[in-house]
Amino acid sequence: MRDGVRRTLALSRKELFQIVRDPSSILIAFVLPLILMFIFGYGLNLDTSRIRIGLVTEDHGTEASRFASAFAGSPMIEALPMDSAVQAGRALTAGAIRGFVVIQPDFAARLKRGDTAPVQVITDGSDPNTASFVAAYAQGAWARWQEVRRAESAASPAGGIRIEERYWFNEAAISRHFLIPGSIVVIMTVIGALLTSLVVAREWERGTMEALLATPVTLVEFLLSKLLPYYLLGMASMLVCWGVSVTLLGTPFRGSLLALAGITSLYLASALGTGLLLSTLLRNQFNAAQAALNAAFLPAVMLSGVVYEISSMPAPVRAVTYILPARYFVSSMQTLFLAGDVPGILVANSLFLLVTGCAFIALTLRATRRHLD
Amino acid sequence: MLERLATLIRKELQALLRDPQGRALLVVPVLLQLLVFPFAATMEVKNNTLGVRNQDGGAASVELVQRLAQTRAFTHLLVLANEPELRRAIDEQRALMVLSIPPDFSRNLAAARPAPVQLLLDGRRSNAAQIAAGYVQTVVSGYSAEFGARPPSQLATRHWFNPNLDSRWFLLPSLVAIITTIGCMIVTALSVAREREQGTFEQLMVSPLTPALIMIGKAVPALLVALLQASIILAAAVFAYRIPFQGSLALLYLAIVLYGTALAGVGLLISALSSTQQQAFLGVFGFIMPAILLSGFISPVENIPEPLRSMTWVNPVRHFLVIARGLYLKGFDAELVWQNAWPLAVIAAVTLTLAYAMFRWRLQ
Repeated sequence: MRDGVRRTLALSRKELFQIVRDPSSILIAFVLPLILMFIFGYGLNLDTSRIRIGLVTEDHGTEASRFASAFAGSPMIEALPMDSAVQAGRALTAGAIRGFVVIQPDFAARLKRGDTAPVQVITDGSDPNTASFVAAYAQGAWARWQEVRRAESAASPAGGIRIEERYWFNEAAISRHFLIPGSIVVIMTVIGALLTSLVVAREWERGTMEALLATPVTLVEFLLSKLLPYYLLGMASMLVCWGVSVTLLGTPFRGSLLALAGITSLYLASALGTGLLLSTLLRNQFNAAQAALNAAFLPAVMLSGVVYEISSMPAPVRAVTYILPARYFVSSMQTLFLAGDVPGILVANSLFLLVTGCAFIALTLRATRRHLD
Repeated sequence: MLERLATLIRKELQALLRDPQGRALLVVPVLLQLLVFPFAATMEVKNNTLGVRNQDGGAASVELVQRLAQTRAFTHLLVLANEPELRRAIDEQRALMVLSIPPDFSRNLAAARPAPVQLLLDGRRSNAAQIAAGYVQTVVSGYSAEFGARPPSQLATRHWFNPNLDSRWFLLPSLVAIITTIGCMIVTALSVAREREQGTFEQLMVSPLTPALIMIGKAVPALLVALLQASIILAAAVFAYRIPFQGSLALLYLAIVLYGTALAGVGLLISALSSTQQQAFLGVFGFIMPAILLSGFISPVENIPEPLRSMTWVNPVRHFLVIARGLYLKGFDAELVWQNAWPLAVIAAVTLTLAYAMFRWRLQ
């Protein structure tokens, strides 16, 4: 037993030296996270702003120009005056603007008759999110303008339903606040699964696996020596991510560090397990790296709820997300950062992560044993 | 010389396609991604749960809740009896939002007084909540108008290039850019690093092949991979997803070749700088991640603050994404393609020159 511990520690030390000696591991564990968090924090912005649209005014009366001015002065949209719908159409095709509004020549006349809105809104549907945003923005500008007109004429009473919106945990509904906990999940996946996908395959490729097999090292010791150093690397990286998000990026953190450490450990077990399993099965760095990219990294970005809402996916895809460890980690991280230690969410997620983590490591053990025969 | 090049390319292709594992890894992930991602990557909000705390109970409040329950955004209603239940429903994410209707709602509405309702949203999913709140707003103002003098008119809105705003129409042309990027870069960067790690790169360097020929020999298989993967995605988009292709296929393939060359340039540069496969792979990864995130795929390029936005000019994915979507959905003509393609030519020229200089330098 004591020999086993000594051997595991010795092998772990060797692995740790390998990590420290290769600048690329250090870069991936400490520099890439900073870059990614910076991108998620400042570059990616789901709260659409500074979109350009065209504004074609074919009616030159005062009513029309007052409506046109409803589009000016918004921090979200920049309305560029354009001469004709044809010119605006060309700009839309080229991607210079995301939509355009045409105030038709009979604007004032139709308005007086109480007809449907004599305004046309055209959007660039090739980017549906931005298109809906432009359409909603135009509709909002129209409603605000009508409100102002009604108030001026003071004809109708101020009844009707008013919605008061309140965002919990994220009062200003800033997308950065939920993207940053999500980006940490992506970073942990990179460290856990991508780095380790190379580890065992490298030993096979370089022939050092044979040498290891000839030593008294047991299966469990071998795997532990691969898991431990990368686990430490992952935890160190998490500490950096947490520090940066709380201090530099101003993300709130309302949970406890203990819960954060516990759930991160459980997720790392799954991620490290995935990487080692692929590495053991494929025995080829090139193939294992590609497989890890497809099996761990892409699902963690696309299917975990980091960017896209899981409940909106069709049932078969939703079923797939249930077996993804990243899904449970994303939900836990968003809760830990924004809401706090909510047992109803964290306990269930931890249990799922425990199951997936054990499953991946058990599979790796089995795969290694088979390969040793 | 051409004969030598052909032999080298054949050797590279054999190294790539020799084992069934490697062959499978070039095609199977593409098929899986085609099957899953078009359904996953949507910003729409569907199948969610709306929590309702109705303290009013009048006919108007029941009618309002009924109407909200009929939208696609909400398939489940969660009736909440009191404040602690409401708090738990949001805390534990059992509802995306809760509509709270105060006791005097029906009375106020009937008397044409302002009738406020509260919408409490989960800020952990503020993006989805905002979108769903937009749906709620539409339903509520429609219902509210029935109590007013005349309904507020809706604007006539038309969406060009994608009339139903189907997110798959956006996603599949984008996947042409995203998936080929990964395939093409990994093949170029790792094939050099593998030879270096296994020591066969020295042999290649002492052969009569010039560094330029070696670079072409490494770039051509990657281009073929990009063309193959792009063709699979295009075929799936046209025949399986039935998204009409509007532009010129010839122009698109030309653009893919140019894009692939730019990617191969970046890949070769990374491989020239790295001495192990791990370094090459992580280098590729460190390039791809920011490049995809800042390409306009997830959020529009206009939203990136300066000076980061100007810096994305060096990102080949950003330019090719405009071309791929433009040709596929908007029917770009040659001039519009060129407006977005010349930066790719510049990127390819710069990276290939740098990579060439690095290989020459390493040779000495």
